Amino acid sequence: MTLTHPRTVVPPTGTRRLLAAPGPARTDHEDTFGPLPQLGPWLVDELGRAGVDGRGGAGFPLARKLAAVTVRGRRRGRGAPLVVANAAEGEPASRKDAVLLERAPHLVLDGIVVAAAAIGASEAVLATSDRLAGPVRRALAERADRGTDRGGDPVPISLRVLPHASFVSGEASALASAVAGGRGVPEDRVVRLAERGPSGRPTLVSNVETLAQAALVVRFGAAWARGVGSPSAPGTRLVTVSDVTDPTTAVVLETAGGAPLGELLRASRLPVTDPAHTRAVLVGGWGGTWLPAAALDASFDPEGLARWGAAPGAGVLAVLDDRTCPIAVTARLATALAGASAGRCGPCVNGLPRIADVVGDLASGRAAGDLAGEVRRVAALVDGRGACHHPDGVARMVRSALDVFHDDVQAHLGGRCLLRRGGAW
Amino acid sequence: MSGGAGAGAGVVSLHVDWTRCRGRGLCTELFAERLERDEWGYPVARAGAPGDRAGGDPGDPGVRAGNPGDPGTPGAGTRDVPVRPHERAAAADAVAMCPLQALRLVER
Amino acid sequence: MDTALWVIGRGFGVTAVLLLTLTVLLGIVTRRGRPLPGLPRFAVQLVHRDVALAATVFVAVHVGSLLLDTEAELRLLDTVVPFVGAYRWFWLGLGTLAVDLLVVLVVTALLRRVIGPRAFRAVHWAAYAMWPIALAHAVGTGTDGTSAWFLVLAGVCTAAVVGAVVWRCTARVTEFRSAKLEVVR
Repeated sequence: MTLTHPRTVVPPTGTRRLLAAPGPARTDHEDTFGPLPQLGPWLVDELGRAGVDGRGGAGFPLARKLAAVTVRGRRRGRGAPLVVANAAEGEPASRKDAVLLERAPHLVLDGIVVAAAAIGASEAVLATSDRLAGPVRRALAERADRGTDRGGDPVPISLRVLPHASFVSGEASALASAVAGGRGVPEDRVVRLAERGPSGRPTLVSNVETLAQAALVVRFGAAWARGVGSPSAPGTRLVTVSDVTDPTTAVVLETAGGAPLGELLRASRLPVTDPAHTRAVLVGGWGGTWLPAAALDASFDPEGLARWGAAPGAGVLAVLDDRTCPIAVTARLATALAGASAGRCGPCVNGLPRIADVVGDLASGRAAGDLAGEVRRVAALVDGRGACHHPDGVARMVRSALDVFHDDVQAHLGGRCLLRRGGAW
Repeated sequence: MSGGAGAGAGVVSLHVDWTRCRGRGLCTELFAERLERDEWGYPVARAGAPGDRAGGDPGDPGVRAGNPGDPGTPGAGTRDVPVRPHERAAAADAVAMCPLQALRLVER
Repeated sequence: MDTALWVIGRGFGVTAVLLLTLTVLLGIVTRRGRPLPGLPRFAVQLVHRDVALAATVFVAVHVGSLLLDTEAELRLLDTVVPFVGAYRWFWLGLGTLAVDLLVVLVVTALLRRVIGPRAFRAVHWAAYAMWPIALAHAVGTGTDGTSAWFLVLAGVCTAAVVGAVVWRCTARVTEFRSAKLEVVR
């Protein structure tokens, strides 16, 4: 069933979609994308056909999430659903949400309107850090100025500035808690957010890029959306490429789904991505999966990455070249991740520092026993034992490091480092 | 999952609310056949028990790489301990006696 | 009749002091998550509860028998509202206060699944108030209150509770090498 409403603009061709508008102003937005069409019950199906998957890390299909919230009922007043747009971006190696809000805030706000219409929400909140509050406020002001003939937005959208944007503050239950006035730390969710969030209402938490994608799909249709990309990753997505040792080097690209990893690295033009020197890529986030250089011809979509035991996650590609010791990098990441724990759950609070210490010992060459075995043992203890998936990510990252950097691990256990040619410490 | 009684009966699991658990260990005494204490005192499914890695399969959306995002599928990537029918009473005791009310029996 | 009720009242009262002391000690051991010889952790908790309920029964009989004892001049009001009694109104009032607190402790404990762990825990701190108030009442009001044997008994109970509290506060002696987590909130 194709969309029948008339389009006033030509849909973006090529892979420049989310970032197609020349600037963040509302006029740029409307000239490029045209107005939002009349929304109706058709839109969840259309989003399903377009294959819009979550861009926050879990990759959960948006249409299914919307349907889950809708099923809980469209009740008026206090019980009406709430949309929370997640722009917390606590992942240090990710900058895509920041870029999206700076370049295309109106697309995000349109996406919020779309999601709200789909679930019958009475209110929406965009939650982000202090730094990005400015662009969002400006965009909201532009929409408010619009005048009565446009009617403004059908659902009130407010901005919620997160007091401390930490690594876990973007986790769904943590974010919902913060928006409801709570502590903003991960919670044990017995009842899913879609059914009842901390505010007592069915809550939809969705990444801002996911919402922006929805705003495009309702305008131009599922067929258009699938016009680029691969079957498991239709359309485009934002990717953050960075040097794993220095997140400030991050470059954000918009790419068609399923592009080869190597191509994405080259497109970033970062020195660390020089193919002659690329050693490995950490895919998905700091709690993601390490892939060896041999994986660079894999397609950046769920199918292509699954063969390597990885997933797109938050679209993070953190690159390691052969000038840095991979064990040292893994140790630094493990330490940072241990420090990022919210400190609520025993296995995480105790296990992550232990993992960081052992990997640190491995990195320094103070080989004392079966360090790799100890890392695996503790990783197995923390995996899945927490209110959120932070410890799972750490387990995943260190396990994949032990696999991909096997030779380095062996060398370190023998008191040598492969990077220091010709000798021990 | 080992022999369910009725077809279509959901799997009953013991769910730990990790934000409440302080590793007091009463549950590991009352449900000792399936729970033991890890090196920090927290309950963990006994190794070798069926489903001691309930969920947590890399294909599950809940265990995707990236940000600690919305788990999506309920139970994915968590270590809920499956409870067999004959263990139900012991599990219920553990739930009732936890001083922090950190345990719950859930049916999926 | 009156003499008998008076004796019963006193006897159950003294025993209640002992049982409440035992309750507090077991509660502290429960809180530290430690087993006792022959008693695994869950059993310690169960015994704590059982002794608490026994103490409550003894307190109830203590109060009941004194209500029935006409010489005691105890009105029903005095069992609920503190410090309005005739005979030794202050020390009696402490007893009333202790009973009020005991009722709150027992009710919230029985309903703890309903009120949730945070509310339960917050209210349960009142046990550290209830016990000394009950002991003070016993020393101040009781016929035997100031007699030598009872003072020795009270001293032993106090030493036990103080010792247990000190033990409870020395958190260094943890069961496992575990990082300190924030309090359950």
